[in-house]
Amino acid sequence: MLKIEGLHVRVDGKAILKGLDLELPAGEVAAIMGPNGSGKSTLSYVLAGREGYEVTGGRVLYDGQDLLAMEPEERAAAGVFLAFQYPVEIPGVSNVYFMKAAVNAVRKARGESELDAIQFMRFAREKAKLVKLDDALLKRSVNEGFSGGEKKRNEIFQMAALEPRLAILDETDSGLDIDALRVVSEGVNALRSPERSMLLITHYQRLLDYIVPDRIHVLVDGRIARSGDRTLALELEAEGYAAFGAPA
Amino acid sequence: MSTEAIDQLLEKRYEAGFVTDIETEFAPPGLNEDIIRFISAKKGEPSWLLDWRLGAYRHWLRMKEPRWAKVSYGPIDYQASSYYAAPKTKPAPASLDEVDPKLLETYAKLGIPLAEQAILAGVAVDAVFDSVSVATTFKSKLAEAGVIFCPISEAVREHPALVQKYLGSVVPTTDNFFATLNSAVFTDGSFVYVPKGVRCPMELSTYFRINAQNTGQFERTLIIADEGAYVSYLEGCTAPKRDENQLHAAVVELVAHAGAEIKYSTVQNWYPGDENGVGGIYNFVTKRGLCEGERSKISWTQVETGSAITWKYPSCVLKGDHSVGEFYSVALTNHRQQADTGTKMVHIGKNTRSTIVSKGISAGRGQQTYRGGVSVAKSAAGARNYTQCDSLLIGGECGAHTIPYVEVKNRTARVEHEATTSRIDEDQLFYCRQRGLSEEDAVNLIVNGFCKSVLKELPMEFAVEAQKLLGVSLEGAVG
Repeated sequence: MLKIEGLHVRVDGKAILKGLDLELPAGEVAAIMGPNGSGKSTLSYVLAGREGYEVTGGRVLYDGQDLLAMEPEERAAAGVFLAFQYPVEIPGVSNVYFMKAAVNAVRKARGESELDAIQFMRFAREKAKLVKLDDALLKRSVNEGFSGGEKKRNEIFQMAALEPRLAILDETDSGLDIDALRVVSEGVNALRSPERSMLLITHYQRLLDYIVPDRIHVLVDGRIARSGDRTLALELEAEGYAAFGAPA
Repeated sequence: MSTEAIDQLLEKRYEAGFVTDIETEFAPPGLNEDIIRFISAKKGEPSWLLDWRLGAYRHWLRMKEPRWAKVSYGPIDYQASSYYAAPKTKPAPASLDEVDPKLLETYAKLGIPLAEQAILAGVAVDAVFDSVSVATTFKSKLAEAGVIFCPISEAVREHPALVQKYLGSVVPTTDNFFATLNSAVFTDGSFVYVPKGVRCPMELSTYFRINAQNTGQFERTLIIADEGAYVSYLEGCTAPKRDENQLHAAVVELVAHAGAEIKYSTVQNWYPGDENGVGGIYNFVTKRGLCEGERSKISWTQVETGSAITWKYPSCVLKGDHSVGEFYSVALTNHRQQADTGTKMVHIGKNTRSTIVSKGISAGRGQQTYRGGVSVAKSAAGARNYTQCDSLLIGGECGAHTIPYVEVKNRTARVEHEATTSRIDEDQLFYCRQRGLSEEDAVNLIVNGFCKSVLKELPMEFAVEAQKLLGVSLEGAVG
């Protein structure tokens, strides 16, 4: 479903990803773990199509398509979703209005009929239940005045509403207390399906206690240093990233 | 957002740019006492009004065009324009059927099919086409309530005492260069009188339209709400595309007696000129409301997306104790548009309150200045003002400026001013696009969110139109 081959990326002229290879089969949940500065966030932004990331080599195939040639909104319509590490505030635009616009834009691009206000509200309430997001938060301006936990729950709500085929979760655990982490993780787990692949990008292994990945990749200095199963995370926990070649 | 992308979105077509082909009766170009006599005679005015006009004209001759606003434009030749243009159709039609179909077609192109709008929306439309009102609807229903809503030229004939009492009572003939010019040459506009204790049964609406070439439009609007009355008035403006600049110098006067409330909403999209700044309306407008009585209230809401140059400060004089003034504004400048706009709140009565919410959006090479004055007289014990003034910048070549003037002469007054300037940032755009929205839709969404606290003050059908208008005006701002 997702195939990254020899990906080289520069940011402000500095090489960040240096020949990254990765394969993510349909339905697989993979964790990308790595120390600060290893290129984790760069990877998620490049996959989502953010400007300012210069691809100098390699390619990314998404269902056999050249992902890097697509605009961000085309990727979204094709089923790529990024849960932001720092969700953005949009003052004056209600959460539910924003998501209605987004869902309908994606549905339209997919040749599906658009949902009207009443249909969407029913749909949104259903999805919001997953992460215990109440009506008040649906009606507030997008992320404005949300607590850290509310923002992350909102990201997962949006993921549920957009029903992506590839979800990239960028440091979804950062800034969450245990209770919030549990709610968010339960939401993510409920969205696991054989058609949906996920990339969990995280610094810590804590998240993986709640969302158990099928596979773990350790990202060090812009390349996958090692891949393995669940036990790799424990090894990391015991030995630290230095054992994988990261500068201590 | 890349520069080219912005340039692309800023490329937009002006959708109301067409000219209706109707024979027009012009006054000879130029401005002198004979022209004023010509206008007054054409309108069949009484002598007091002709004298009033001539007095204004003589005063105007001694005035200097103000140049303190932060806008730049070449000299205006006041002798080159014609000050009267009327479509050569039968005047004062009794019903829509008698109106020249071409005129109605024009309105249809603007998206305001008169008959349909009147029936469906229950809005009374006093449509002003150039200088003569061509259609008035729902008059009888209003008459039942005792509300007078008619062209001001008709009011001069039918209700001379009211007009003579109030005309110039808020904006005197000597007020300022453009208002004084208007007093001398105004041709038409609307008149509204809501009697004591009457709540006007519908929103009153006027669409003004400048059509003929080389004519200024000088409309004059006068709205009076007697004690305890309520009226909501909507004004929409559109002008067709021209290469030369056209002058528009209107005057609006509002009077609210004790316990009365007037809500005045404007959506203005006069032709803004092209992306190189060629053509476009010069919009020099004086709008002022007098809260004459106790607990009266005047609320201005404006969405300004048009005109090459805007010079406009809808103001409230809060004379009655406990009276309330409000100003809610969204102004958008794109391409080479320039706007110097804001409000003035003059607190005279005790415990008077005013609220100012101004949202300025600049894109392209647009230049925008918020100029706001809050003054509290010695007599205005307990006066309160709250001002919020936000600017949003799109792209790197536009500008936003905020110039607040505050003058307080009473120690018990409280005046607050908050101001912010922000840019549509890449984070917001990328977030929206990642969720599937096009860049253009994302900009519209963010801009509408930015303006929400003002748009919600508009009557429903206007709010929808205003949102669309913001979208159209921003087309080409990204791509």
